[in-house]
Amino acid sequence: MSLDVKPPVTAPAPTSSTADLFDGVVDAVPRSPNRKVVHNPALRVLQYLALALVVAVFVLPLYWLFSSALKAENEIYSYPLQWIPTVLEPENFAEAWRSAPFDRFFINSIITTFFGTTLEISLAILSAYAFAFVRFRFKTPLFLVMIGSLMLPGHVTLLVNYITVGHLGWLNTYAGLILPGIGSAFAMFLIYQQMRVVPEEIVDAAKIDGAAHLRRMWSVVLPMCRPMILTGTLIVMFGKWNDFVWPLIVTSTADMRTLPIGLMFLRSQEGYSNWGSIMAGTVMVALPMLLVFFFAQKRIIGGIAAGALKG
Amino acid sequence: MSALTKPPIAVGRSKAAKPPQRPVTPERRRSNRREAILFLALILPNVAAIVVFSYYPTAYNFILSFVDWDLVAPFPEWVGLENYQDLLASPRFAEVLLNTLLFTLVAVGGTLVLGLGVGQLLAQRLKFSGFARTMAFAPHMLPGAAVGVLWLFMFDPTYGLSRWLFNLIGLDSPNWTTTSDWSLWAVIIAYSWQRLGFVTIIYYTAIQDLPQDVYEAAELDGARGPKLFWYITRPLLSPVTFFLSVTGIISAAQAFDIIATLTDGGPGSSSTTLNWMVYEEAFKKFDVGTSAAAATVLFLILLVVTLIQARAQGRQVHYS
Repeated sequence: MSLDVKPPVTAPAPTSSTADLFDGVVDAVPRSPNRKVVHNPALRVLQYLALALVVAVFVLPLYWLFSSALKAENEIYSYPLQWIPTVLEPENFAEAWRSAPFDRFFINSIITTFFGTTLEISLAILSAYAFAFVRFRFKTPLFLVMIGSLMLPGHVTLLVNYITVGHLGWLNTYAGLILPGIGSAFAMFLIYQQMRVVPEEIVDAAKIDGAAHLRRMWSVVLPMCRPMILTGTLIVMFGKWNDFVWPLIVTSTADMRTLPIGLMFLRSQEGYSNWGSIMAGTVMVALPMLLVFFFAQKRIIGGIAAGALKG
Repeated sequence: MSALTKPPIAVGRSKAAKPPQRPVTPERRRSNRREAILFLALILPNVAAIVVFSYYPTAYNFILSFVDWDLVAPFPEWVGLENYQDLLASPRFAEVLLNTLLFTLVAVGGTLVLGLGVGQLLAQRLKFSGFARTMAFAPHMLPGAAVGVLWLFMFDPTYGLSRWLFNLIGLDSPNWTTTSDWSLWAVIIAYSWQRLGFVTIIYYTAIQDLPQDVYEAAELDGARGPKLFWYITRPLLSPVTFFLSVTGIISAAQAFDIIATLTDGGPGSSSTTLNWMVYEEAFKKFDVGTSAAAATVLFLILLVVTLIQARAQGRQVHYS
């Protein structure tokens, strides 16, 4: 492969290539442009028009969300549409907070996401290390059992998990919210993939120095797998925060609901009568994850793309 | 696992050269046992969680599909195949299956076609293409509930963006979420909006990775623009397309939060998919047997899709 092809001098430098931003996740190979710079100006114009349309499709709804959350009532209920709010109105947030206990929703979402992610990633790291470094005769079948669980659709397990959690007395508790989701095949697989390629000499050197397994895992392997663990943590964290169906069925009182469930109840409560406060509620549910995403987007996009394309 | 790499056959680290077999001394046997115990201890919590909350419920759900139970009566009543017979005989179940099929086909097919187009556009060296990539991916990271509620307002025929858009072309906005002709389409649009960025980025990344020399050869042969795309890019991306179709079907079949916040499966059953029906029968109508039977049907459909993927993956040719 012609990996060392330089971009044509006329081409603008690549804005960002996912490869160079998270060392070790994908091969750090400079991306070669496989498209020549188009010199036909008419085509260029068309391309920019198409790009503008694409950006509009994704940005307009988000702009609509944020601007509506900050509009006064008479500007929401007006046609022709009021595109830009004349005054920024924080009242919608107060209204949403009055109709539903958003402070509880936030606390519950933070608790379930934090402990759920910590537990899931811990279990994933422990089992990934075992599969990569510890000798055991029946490794392969056990590995297939774990990966095979990825094929089980979540909704098939809902009913029985509800019954199980009920027997355990965990309905409407944090244990019931968190524990059924901590088993992890996906994050385990992701981390295992990187552990496999940790250079053996380094691990062996630690072995000769007398470091036992757990010590080797903690001070040699984990630091080397940090990028993938971080990526896995982010992906798992988004999954927990956004999770919907399980918190919906396992919680039964308003004070145990997480944000997405709380948002659904806010919507039913306000009906179609108060879009301002419903959009304010939606902003509260969406904004934390949007901020994390914009802050860590290179790692998140790269991790997800690498996970999909390189397995 | 992905479309581009074969799953590892042997688990563990590949040893370059095996050290010569040492004789099995008692000491070595003890060390082996210590390793085995450590191994089991390390994987136990994860395996336990997966068995208790994934495998066991899948198996037990199958058994529940043969009973009649409302979650309250002390004992379920065994009814054999009755739940399945009722499902097959019910016109509602046929409607639900049809909805699921339509939703999956349009959402998956639509995002594939659009995603390939947008991915290819973003791979051109345009200004703002990095910004467009970020914004396209952002909806994918949002909670589905937020996406559903946002689109509920977008679809509002009097004060939503939908009215503005339809007025632009001289029409009135349909009552998206409240009429049975449109409700499923509302779900399809909101769901596709959320998924499109993901498909786009996967295609975009794959296009960046395509081998340059093939393009040089094709260009020497006189291939240009659309021809290059159709005869080189599209076939080279076929493993990615295949992977995206399969994962797309699996995730579309499990779409839930958007339906819950946008239409509640209604009006009537007009936007009820199989997945929503599983939930509704169990947790709104407390009909355990029907829910379990519908879940089993869902499971079997997805199992077939996954097996097709696994077989095709075994045959896949690596292009790099």
